Amino acid sequence: MIDTPVPASFLLLVILVLPFLGALIASGLPRHARTAAAVLSWVVALISVGCLAVLWPRFQDGEVLKLTLAWLPSLGVNLTIRLDGLSWVFSALILGIGALVVLYARYYMSPKDPVPRFFSFLLAFMGAMQGVVLSGNLIQLVVFWELTSLFSFLLIGYWHQNASAREGARMALTITATGGVALLVGMILIGRIVGSYELDAVIAARDVILASPMYPVALGLILIGALTKSAQFPFHIWLPRAMAAPTPVSAYLHSATMVKAGVFLLMRFWPVFGETEMWYFVVGGLGLTTLLVGAWCAIFQHDLKGLLAYSTISHLGLICLLLGLGSDLGAIAAIFHTINHATFKASLFMAAGIIDHEAGSRDMRKLSGLIRFMPITATLAMVAAAAMAGVPLLNGFLSKEMFLAEALASTQTSALNQALPVLATLASAFSVLYSLRFIHTTFFGPPPTELDRVPHEPPGWMRRPVEVLVALCLLVGIFPAVTVGPFLRSAAVTMLGFDLPYYSLALWHGFNLPLLLSVIAMAGGIGLYVVFGKALNANPRGGPWGMKRLNGGYLFERSQVMLMDLAQWIIHRLGAHRLQPQLRLIVLTALLSGVVAAAGGFVLTWPEFRVPQAHNLAFAALWLAGGACALAAAWQAKYHRLAAVILMGGAGLASCLTFVWLSAPDLALTQLVVEVVTTVLLLLGLRWLPKRLAEIHVPESEKRRARWRRRLDRGIAIFAGAGVALISWAVMVRPPVEGVSRFFIEKAYEEAGGRNVVNVILVDFRAFDTFGEITVLGVVGLTVLALLRRFRPASDSLSQPMQKRVQDASDRAREGRSEGDTLSDTMLIPGVVMRWLFPFIILLAVHLFLRGHDLPGGGFAAGVALSIAFILQYMASGARWVEERLEIRPIIWIGVGLLIAAISGAVGWVFDQPFLTSYFQYADLPLLGRVPLASAVLFDLGVVVLVVGATVLILVALAHQSLRRARIEEAEAEADAEQKGGAQ
Amino acid sequence: MTQIVLALAIGVLTASGVWLMLRPRTFQVIIGLSLVSYAVNLFIFSMGRLRSGAAAFTSKGAEDPALYADPTPQALVLTAIVISFALTALFLVVLLASRGETGSDHVDGQETPE
Repeated sequence: MIDTPVPASFLLLVILVLPFLGALIASGLPRHARTAAAVLSWVVALISVGCLAVLWPRFQDGEVLKLTLAWLPSLGVNLTIRLDGLSWVFSALILGIGALVVLYARYYMSPKDPVPRFFSFLLAFMGAMQGVVLSGNLIQLVVFWELTSLFSFLLIGYWHQNASAREGARMALTITATGGVALLVGMILIGRIVGSYELDAVIAARDVILASPMYPVALGLILIGALTKSAQFPFHIWLPRAMAAPTPVSAYLHSATMVKAGVFLLMRFWPVFGETEMWYFVVGGLGLTTLLVGAWCAIFQHDLKGLLAYSTISHLGLICLLLGLGSDLGAIAAIFHTINHATFKASLFMAAGIIDHEAGSRDMRKLSGLIRFMPITATLAMVAAAAMAGVPLLNGFLSKEMFLAEALASTQTSALNQALPVLATLASAFSVLYSLRFIHTTFFGPPPTELDRVPHEPPGWMRRPVEVLVALCLLVGIFPAVTVGPFLRSAAVTMLGFDLPYYSLALWHGFNLPLLLSVIAMAGGIGLYVVFGKALNANPRGGPWGMKRLNGGYLFERSQVMLMDLAQWIIHRLGAHRLQPQLRLIVLTALLSGVVAAAGGFVLTWPEFRVPQAHNLAFAALWLAGGACALAAAWQAKYHRLAAVILMGGAGLASCLTFVWLSAPDLALTQLVVEVVTTVLLLLGLRWLPKRLAEIHVPESEKRRARWRRRLDRGIAIFAGAGVALISWAVMVRPPVEGVSRFFIEKAYEEAGGRNVVNVILVDFRAFDTFGEITVLGVVGLTVLALLRRFRPASDSLSQPMQKRVQDASDRAREGRSEGDTLSDTMLIPGVVMRWLFPFIILLAVHLFLRGHDLPGGGFAAGVALSIAFILQYMASGARWVEERLEIRPIIWIGVGLLIAAISGAVGWVFDQPFLTSYFQYADLPLLGRVPLASAVLFDLGVVVLVVGATVLILVALAHQSLRRARIEEAEAEADAEQKGGAQ
Repeated sequence: MTQIVLALAIGVLTASGVWLMLRPRTFQVIIGLSLVSYAVNLFIFSMGRLRSGAAAFTSKGAEDPALYADPTPQALVLTAIVISFALTALFLVVLLASRGETGSDHVDGQETPE
């Protein structure tokens, strides 16, 4: 082992974090800083490659480097950076090809585009991809996985002014992110089965996983994630559309790296799932299908990038097929082909980009004879295409040879395996065919006539990355054992362990069956091109023959439209367009769930029958009245609102008395005062409601429907009432269950210094809930104020009420009386009484508040009582009279109340206790006697102040609306007077 | 007996309230909501079982919980009473705003929309 000058863990951190850091810096560069951004990215990529290279010597022996940082230790989720032979190879591809793509993109991107943003996304993608391959933790892997989808989305949509870029980005994100969600669920399942999310633990737990009944589900979900990302049939449709991205992106993400993430995942889990039946059929079967479908579609493309995209799909299918076979040699061939494909396909994409850039088109029908104009590029492209076709002396040949050997060597007897040699040869022939077509139509033939410019060679530095990659194709193709051998071995050791099967990385294996198949494929491909070449090039639609109905993009769009339609339908059916059906639905759902729950076992026990006692009869009489009030309110609420308010108050009083009866004095008190303010509130609102319409015109048919609706509603109401009555009765006759109440009762005095347990619960044990509640109350107050500020009364409510008009008219008609006298006469005695009640109600409120900790009372009751004192003044003397004498600032009260409550709670922090921990001490005060001085009382004071503020705010804001008309009239009178003054 | 009366009372309150909630006039819905909240308050309260004449306050020292009315539902209901006031207030103002805006007191802001 060679000692590195810096610790390996630091280097690990660098290769993961540096790209993100670079992305952050690049995003801050000015829009036109193309070269600066490129240099930055280039430096980032080179440093990372350097760090990775320094780490290499460790992996020759199959070592695993790990750096664990605690992330969410409570959930067993750590940030584990883990580098082994396999991830080293992938990391090298990501960083190495990344460096080349950055160089290429510098020349490819137009200065008119916001290039720093492009490089920022590209670097961030590089970091995310590094994150995927370096993850030693499953959850972490999924997070980075989704990041790659996200940055792929941003990069495909980089030219967002193009509709096709937007569509392509959307489709890619929809498919890959959906796969990501499936992957997350799959990973969580695996984590549950194994009991750890650490990759090492999972890989070591093969037997546990395979024995679990959840294993097929977990595997299925993980495969959905991997196969969507690697564009396997039928999820492949996003990849061709992603070609709307700038070409460097296609070269980098959509051929060399991101689409290999799925393959990487398959390799990662190969030691766990490989050689299982489901794996074989799903991965192998879909891989084979993708291999053929992709190759078939590639043949018919007219767009250079489209051809390369489908070819990429096909090659990814090949890699999946190799992995699916489940043999060790297949796995090695898969790694090898991943490396080879990345090199030749990235260089081909770059070449296609150069052609597009320098000839102005990538339509193969317009391109022709370019070898005259760009001989070097043409040569490079030809070599790369030959590698893609699997021509000897190039790297593609070697891995294809391994693939054919595997296809022949299959030992299983399934139909898939029997047909494999034939299908593999066919796919190879297709690959030869489209490679040939790519080269022939683009570079040979007569000079192009349909181009808008004269093509020429690109700048030297733009071609350099292609040259490097093509040189690699050749080097690996000729000297495989020296160049790629050690890396391949180290990656294979990761997957298979040290017990590697024999494989030979040599150019020449002698005359054997795979070679024969290769020759057949080569000859077949050339033959097919000779026969069908013309027809293919003229094929008007540019789509494959025989697959018109299986247009994936169309199906995808259809599915999206169907989803939208479904959503529309649901909104139409269940949406809140109209309130009544909506509420009916809610009530019915509640009833239905009640019935379902009851059907599961609803036991009614009859209590022993007791002779009605006198006070029971009184209770029954009370509710006879209360129930009658409720029914009458329901009956009268439509046309007799005042009556309904009074009747509702009757029902409220009945429940208030019930609380007294059944040992809940606190509730009775609060209910009583709240009843008062609610009634005042409703009375204030009545003024703005419309008069009874003389006639609502309803057609006869509608009347019948309305009758039915009413019948239905009556049925629902009776059913609901009966159900609730039944449930409450069933509970009430059961012996009580001991809940938390024992704790509250036992500790109320001991720990909180209060004897009124209900109040102690509110201000001490559950003070945080109360804190939330008073906040809600304050918010409601402010909302009411905000809504009323913009309140515009309906025009028919603007005039003075009838009663007032009659009174005013009679005042005017009689001698010696002025307008409003009748009103003030009527209110004279009540007014005096109410005015004098003011101090007494305040005293009552203070009393309720102070005794609340021990006896019935408390903050809520005191606060509402205090607000009644204020509102009575308004009722007695009118808003103007009160506001000339009293300055009430309810909003400030709300704020102060909240502050007091919060501060009294925060005091706990000072003593290193949790929020709202209370402290208490009894003190003897002059006049008042022994008073509990708990900090909870301070909290209760906050409650009082806030309740007063909110209640007064609501009521006064509503009362002020009546002044609106008066104000408008005054303003008009003033304007009139001014006009008159001006006229004189 | 008390249980039956209270259960029936809760049922009647619920039925009246639900019926009103399903009506087309906003004022009816407000009254309906208030009635339903009475019913719900009594329902929650009754979950602590009914006790007449039980002490509501502890004296000092160790206590036998069986002697007291269950305080937990009471605390819940106490906050519910206050919140239902806030709800009524908010709904009333929304009602008024809707009435001012549309000129109608129908819950959908217009007569028989179909």
